[in-house]
Amino acid sequence: MPTATDLQSPVDAVAQEIRAFIVDSFLLGQDPGFGNTESLLESGIIDSTGIMHVIAFLEEKFGIAIDDDDLVADNLDSVERIARFVERKQALKSAA
Amino acid sequence: MAFLVHHLLAQTARRDPSKVALVTGGIQRTFAELDADSDTVAKAFQNLGVRRGDRVAIMLENSVEYVTAFFGALKAGAVYVPVNPSTKADKLAYILNDCGVRALVTPTALARNVLPALANAPSVTGTLWVGAVLPVLPQGGGSAASLGEILAAPHATPADPGCIDQDLAAVLYTSGTTGKPKGVMLTHANLVATARSIAAYLKNTPDDVVLSVLPLTFGYGLSQVTTSALVGFTLVLERSFAFPSDTLKRMVEHRITGLPGVPTFFATLLQMDAVKSADLSSLRYLTNAAAPLPVAHIRRLVELFPQAAFYSMYGATECSTRITYLEPQHLFDKPASVGKAIPNCEAYVVDEDGNRVAPGVVGELAVRGANVMRGYWNRPDATSKCLRDGVFLTGDLFRADEDGFLHFVARKDDVFKCRGEKVSPKEVESVICEIEDVAEAAVIGVADSVDGMAVKAFIVPCEGAALTQAAVVQHCRGRLEGHMVPKFVEFRADLPRTESGKLKRTKLTATA
Repeated sequence: MPTATDLQSPVDAVAQEIRAFIVDSFLLGQDPGFGNTESLLESGIIDSTGIMHVIAFLEEKFGIAIDDDDLVADNLDSVERIARFVERKQALKSAA
Repeated sequence: MAFLVHHLLAQTARRDPSKVALVTGGIQRTFAELDADSDTVAKAFQNLGVRRGDRVAIMLENSVEYVTAFFGALKAGAVYVPVNPSTKADKLAYILNDCGVRALVTPTALARNVLPALANAPSVTGTLWVGAVLPVLPQGGGSAASLGEILAAPHATPADPGCIDQDLAAVLYTSGTTGKPKGVMLTHANLVATARSIAAYLKNTPDDVVLSVLPLTFGYGLSQVTTSALVGFTLVLERSFAFPSDTLKRMVEHRITGLPGVPTFFATLLQMDAVKSADLSSLRYLTNAAAPLPVAHIRRLVELFPQAAFYSMYGATECSTRITYLEPQHLFDKPASVGKAIPNCEAYVVDEDGNRVAPGVVGELAVRGANVMRGYWNRPDATSKCLRDGVFLTGDLFRADEDGFLHFVARKDDVFKCRGEKVSPKEVESVICEIEDVAEAAVIGVADSVDGMAVKAFIVPCEGAALTQAAVVQHCRGRLEGHMVPKFVEFRADLPRTESGKLKRTKLTATA
């Protein structure tokens, strides 16, 4: 069970922002209730060019630089994966 | 003698049963497995009521299930109808109704778009779900079954539907000038002949390993499957090109020899630093089709892969997607040419009366050959306009040079290609005009370094309306496939028109 602290975690807040962006940009603002771990591509929520819009959004919103090597399904194919990826990128940035 | 498309698979499965036919993600299938699995799926289609000549739609991403269902549909005697998985409910319903689809194969994950379409498609009597089976709908979709469960059950042999090679094998929907997509009817003979022709000029052998990111719903993607079945080479199918680094890793891992692509794919590949250090020494050939690749990109690809031959190709869905190719040795003395007709096909330039014209004269490209379609599904008028005595008029203006090499000049109509896929301006305009605050809309293609051409919309808002670019794009994303969504939106007070009120697109292009 998630605790209150988990729900306030930075990953969670990031996930919410990412989800809101996806819902606004690709689903006409109507959240159909897909899972945060559901594959965005397989479920047809976004297509491969949609991913490029998500990347542009992440770079602008979270001030991270996304390299070619980052463009893998493990980083980007669900809301949760994207949120964790953003968190790792931000951690790297503040460490630098 | 193989004369039906699935005979190609059966023959290769007998010749080389344990050879790997297909690799997608972590899954692979040998030719024998693919042949047996597609038998079982064919039987399941027949159990759902599919008979010879019935249409079966496949709406899936690239996957083992896709290829299995494709061969399964043909073995059941059905006509295969591919549907892009990003198709929205309205357009899906249009396609299902237009050609009276009997059975649909689709993933549960797309239920959001599929269920509303099924509710409006009474012809569909059976649905095969990839993933969890959704309950039988009172409002439509017919009986339902799980493709996974069907494949887990023991092998089943379908009844022989008795097809000959003049039977339809596929109806491929393509955007036209009128805005409503038309179904291109292709026979088994068309697809088999074209597979033989393509495999011949690419010199495919069973040792080839071809990696394809092209969607199978695209004729150019499907031809990778038919040539693999014919020749017996391994096809590595990528679900998409959403994650280029993943794809690049698999190109190296599988030591691929063939790489088909479209300009957007190659542009993305050339932008990746990792491609320079990747070991792709196994690569024997690359092919580009759907839209011309800038000569600068061809040069960079040739520098990057000096051992590989590069084939520029041109085609049309109406010609089983392939009409011409440029022999790699002419890449630099005829860089702007699409070459000459593929084997067993004739392509030549004609005037308005259908007479062949001299070299240098611009006219319409005409095509004769075993690749030419039977016509458009239920569209005798549209068919008679472009198909005369078996000769297909492409709607593309060309000229031939002194050596007989063909050069593309322009489209006769307004249709253009974004990321290699057709965009009908009228189709996009009618979707934009659904927005209440839009008074008028015009759509054109503008040059784009990555996509070849990008969609640009000019919009005249209603008086006093507060319309934003984002709102227009968002509406289009909800209604159109990705390649048709405008990349650029410009608001204007009016649109340039002729005295008769016809939109002057050329004027818009000049000021874009």
